[in-house]
Amino acid sequence: MSSVVSPIRQPLVTGGKTYHQITEDICSPTERMPGTMWFIAFAASIALLGVFAFSVFWTVYYGIGSWNLNRTIGWSWDITNFVWWVGIGHAGTLISAILLLFRQKWRTGVNRAAEAMTIFAVICAGQYPLLHVGRIWLVFFIFPYPNTRGPLWVNFNSPLLWDVFAISTYLTVSLLFWYTGLVPDFATIRDRAKGIRKRIYNGLSFGWTGSAKHWQRWEALSLILAGLSTPLVLSVHTIVSFDFATSVIPGWHTTIFPPYFVAGAVFSGFAMVQTLMIITRKVLKLEDYITLEHMESMNKVILVTGTIVGVAYLTELFIAWYSGYVYEQFAFYNRVLGPFYWSYIGMMTCNVLSPQIFWWKKMRRNVFVTFVMSLFVNVGMWFERFVIIATTLARDYIPSSWSYYTPTWVEIGLFVGTIGLFFTLFLLFTRVAPVVAIAEVKSILKSSGDQYSHGSHGAENEKEAVN
Amino acid sequence: MENQNKSVLFGLYNDEEVLLSAIEKANDQHLEIMEVFTPFPVHGIDELLGFTESRLHIVGFIFGAIGASFAFLFMTWVFTSDWPIIFGGKPYFSAPAFIPITFELTVLFASIAMVVTFYAICGLWPGKVNPTLDDRITDDKFCIAFDADAHSKEELNAIKLFFSETLAEEVHTKDI
Repeated sequence: MSSVVSPIRQPLVTGGKTYHQITEDICSPTERMPGTMWFIAFAASIALLGVFAFSVFWTVYYGIGSWNLNRTIGWSWDITNFVWWVGIGHAGTLISAILLLFRQKWRTGVNRAAEAMTIFAVICAGQYPLLHVGRIWLVFFIFPYPNTRGPLWVNFNSPLLWDVFAISTYLTVSLLFWYTGLVPDFATIRDRAKGIRKRIYNGLSFGWTGSAKHWQRWEALSLILAGLSTPLVLSVHTIVSFDFATSVIPGWHTTIFPPYFVAGAVFSGFAMVQTLMIITRKVLKLEDYITLEHMESMNKVILVTGTIVGVAYLTELFIAWYSGYVYEQFAFYNRVLGPFYWSYIGMMTCNVLSPQIFWWKKMRRNVFVTFVMSLFVNVGMWFERFVIIATTLARDYIPSSWSYYTPTWVEIGLFVGTIGLFFTLFLLFTRVAPVVAIAEVKSILKSSGDQYSHGSHGAENEKEAVN
Repeated sequence: MENQNKSVLFGLYNDEEVLLSAIEKANDQHLEIMEVFTPFPVHGIDELLGFTESRLHIVGFIFGAIGASFAFLFMTWVFTSDWPIIFGGKPYFSAPAFIPITFELTVLFASIAMVVTFYAICGLWPGKVNPTLDDRITDDKFCIAFDADAHSKEELNAIKLFFSETLAEEVHTKDI
């Protein structure tokens, strides 16, 4: 393609790949037996999934009394984990939708895996509100369907119901977007496969042929879905923040919450993408497609959003002081210096101080530093949600009802268990689907492949040979 | 491609730039291209093949509008006439509180409708088996296909000449 590329741009596909090599490199992990590493990881994930299943059984059988929730702390690990997972789920759509609209080419290397991660993270997130309902067999009550109780409708004015709509819409649209991107790549696998595999992948590819008209519609569809997903992804975490912001609890009732939550979501989502991609590129030998350039770009996003989150933390403290409102002031005094001070320190260290290391280019391009940092951010963002949710509720208006929160083994089991659920799904995904968007990487090869980055494009020389 | 037993004459190219100049040349020679297949979206191909802009966005708009009005009117009906309840001292018709769900359903309706329309008009669905000309078209080959039945022998020879002039790597005829 004759698109203009600045010579200072780093190549996004290295190793002098041809189109066929791209197909080969990305499809081959789905075609061979997984290695020992994969089986060890899968066994560990399945074990954690077992922990999850047992904790769910315990919760459903004995009720949520098996959690340590009490009169004041009605939300704790459950909603902390819910918000944490939903936040992680934000990077996928951000990468595939917003970066598509901004024409960021580095998106193509990581969008497929990031979108998969989004879907799995939202599935994990969904477990908590469903279980928290208590009687999970009545969970369909949250949908407004004509019923024999009146019909008695759900409360459309409640942010918790908005959440139901936001999360389910987000899951559906992400799934459609992801799958539509996968269809041509499934066709690529189909055309390399034989026998029963060919039949299965033909089913998955919907009979894709690669017709030019289909590609034109496919691109139009991707662009419009990206346009729709962009406000959607912003709305989802905004609505999650409304769960808190529309209440009258000091420390929650703030207008800064929507942008602060969205920035935090992007921050934690990118951290999880880094965690997964650093392992995936190594294990599946995809270093030529998920390059240091990709990691550096994501680290820049982590630096920016981490700093936004830091500014939000400080703004909250300032506004609490400036408001002159004693309950608000106490809520924040309690957050920083109260009984949960350790989680505030964890949050500040992991989310605000440690990402500042990414001001140095050397650090942004260091795989080990990036991996450790991504774990830091994941932990820090969990602390952030815990700080907001549990510490605020633990010290409410009446000192006689103050308490401290420690989780039961069931809650810890549920949290660890969703990590198992997440990794089980992700590991299966790496075996059955191309982890990198094959067609999209091919479409940027001429503009971002390392063999084309110097002077005139190779393709143009070939074109001259034709004429 | 729905017809059975159609004979197709097609050439495979190695590079999208070569493909584009070949299509240009086919247009100059007034050859009637039946279909072009590529492994990834090639930009600039739409104009050369005379494709009009996709109208999927119209579907998206119509269904988005349906979703928006359905959600807003439904919530209005529930809270003003079917079962009015006062929540937090707000009026029955509290429009700002209806906005989030209205927005979500707009996006949901538009997305589902567009995706379903996309697969329907492309003739793609789970289990559909479309005949493929060559397995490498989804890998690294770019294909121009001509309907061999619709052309006379001389015309087919002209097409074959066109393929060799435009540096097609391979030329085949296949019944599909």
